[in-house]
Amino acid sequence: MEGFDWGFALEILPLLLEAARITVFATVIGFAVAVVLGLVLAILRMSRRWFISVPVGALIEFVRSTPLLIQIYFAFYVLPEFGIVLPAMVAGIAGLALHYSAYTAEVYRAGLQGIRRGQWEAAVALNLGPWTTYRDVVLPQAIPPVVPALGNYLIAMFKDTPLLSAIAVVELMQRAKIIGSDTFRYLEPITLVGVFFLVMSLVSSALVRRVERRLALRKG
Amino acid sequence: MLELLPPLLDGAWLTVRITAVASLLAAALALAAGLARLSAWRPVRALAAVYVETFRGTSLLVQLFWLYFVLPLPPFSLELDAFTVAVLGLGLNIGAYGAEVVRSAIQAVPRSQIEASVALNMTPALRMRRIVLPQAALAMLPPWGNLMIELLKGTSLVSLITLGDLTFRASQLNAFTFRTVEIFTLVLVIYFLLAQAIALAVRAAERRLSRGIARRTA
Repeated sequence: MEGFDWGFALEILPLLLEAARITVFATVIGFAVAVVLGLVLAILRMSRRWFISVPVGALIEFVRSTPLLIQIYFAFYVLPEFGIVLPAMVAGIAGLALHYSAYTAEVYRAGLQGIRRGQWEAAVALNLGPWTTYRDVVLPQAIPPVVPALGNYLIAMFKDTPLLSAIAVVELMQRAKIIGSDTFRYLEPITLVGVFFLVMSLVSSALVRRVERRLALRKG
Repeated sequence: MLELLPPLLDGAWLTVRITAVASLLAAALALAAGLARLSAWRPVRALAAVYVETFRGTSLLVQLFWLYFVLPLPPFSLELDAFTVAVLGLGLNIGAYGAEVVRSAIQAVPRSQIEASVALNMTPALRMRRIVLPQAALAMLPPWGNLMIELLKGTSLVSLITLGDLTFRASQLNAFTFRTVEIFTLVLVIYFLLAQAIALAVRAAERRLSRGIARRTA
């Protein structure tokens, strides 16, 4: 490409890679929380008590249909009003985790609804408590089929981490912008960021497809 | 709290306009790329695949920044105003996701339908227009509705390229008034209501389309 300065690109690469570590870190922690919180939300939403299932369902719906950026602002600007002051990085990860837990909750719900009635009845007949029923009977059957769907949300969350730059977390995108405003060269830094995301997404979607095939084989 | 509403609604109006224009662009791109992915010609398929993978594989914010910061500089020297960048970025991004929706909906049309239209000596274009697309459209609607809500939520990122949308107005008001709780709660509610409006519209469209099909099969 004409105008693309390879020397400059190579020069800023170490800076970008260092910022990419923050991006990956935010994704890993954020997703770890989202995976657990989503499961809790999904189980609460399936509750037979309406005063649990209805508000949790409404919360999931609300979080899913409002922008992640506003939720991140909420964690960063609004929570301090209630005495919860979070550093930008923590607020950003909290926003990501909350947003994606609403999505993973829906994924788990699909998995839980795929469990046949007989399994629940058998657990009742065997006098298993709710904890044992979920841990030993339901979840081991409900979770493996939804792993690929969870993987897709992991990739989606990864691609949403640049939003943390809006509250001045110096992740990959913010680093690229800083380099851009310092040197007045935006082509190389922003293009490199794009390439980084593209490569990571392509590799991880290929992995998800592999897991999917594995699961299909095991079922068949 | 009411005095906060006019500036926020002002921003919401821009959010609605961006959503509307970008969704038209996204629909056009999705249809074109979705059909291209099913083309008999390999280069056309490859081109569509590159478009879809590029815009699905990189982040929306990166795409907006690329269009906003990189395009005006050499070697491109193409200066677009922020609104155009917003519509272009969101349209290209959602269009790439939409292409997969179009493709899978077309592939889900039963094979016998295509065989029947071949037997009736329809040209491929006529077959696509009269037989395949009307049936695929119904399957496309629910995922398309979800994409529209993603598009609406995505418009919040245009505040980062200086457009005065709902999110931008919220940050601005917040900086002036420090009435943080009220402002951000209101903004969340406005986005939620807009998303519900989209969901309702899609459900209405679904009812309309499926009524047509029920009549035809009856």
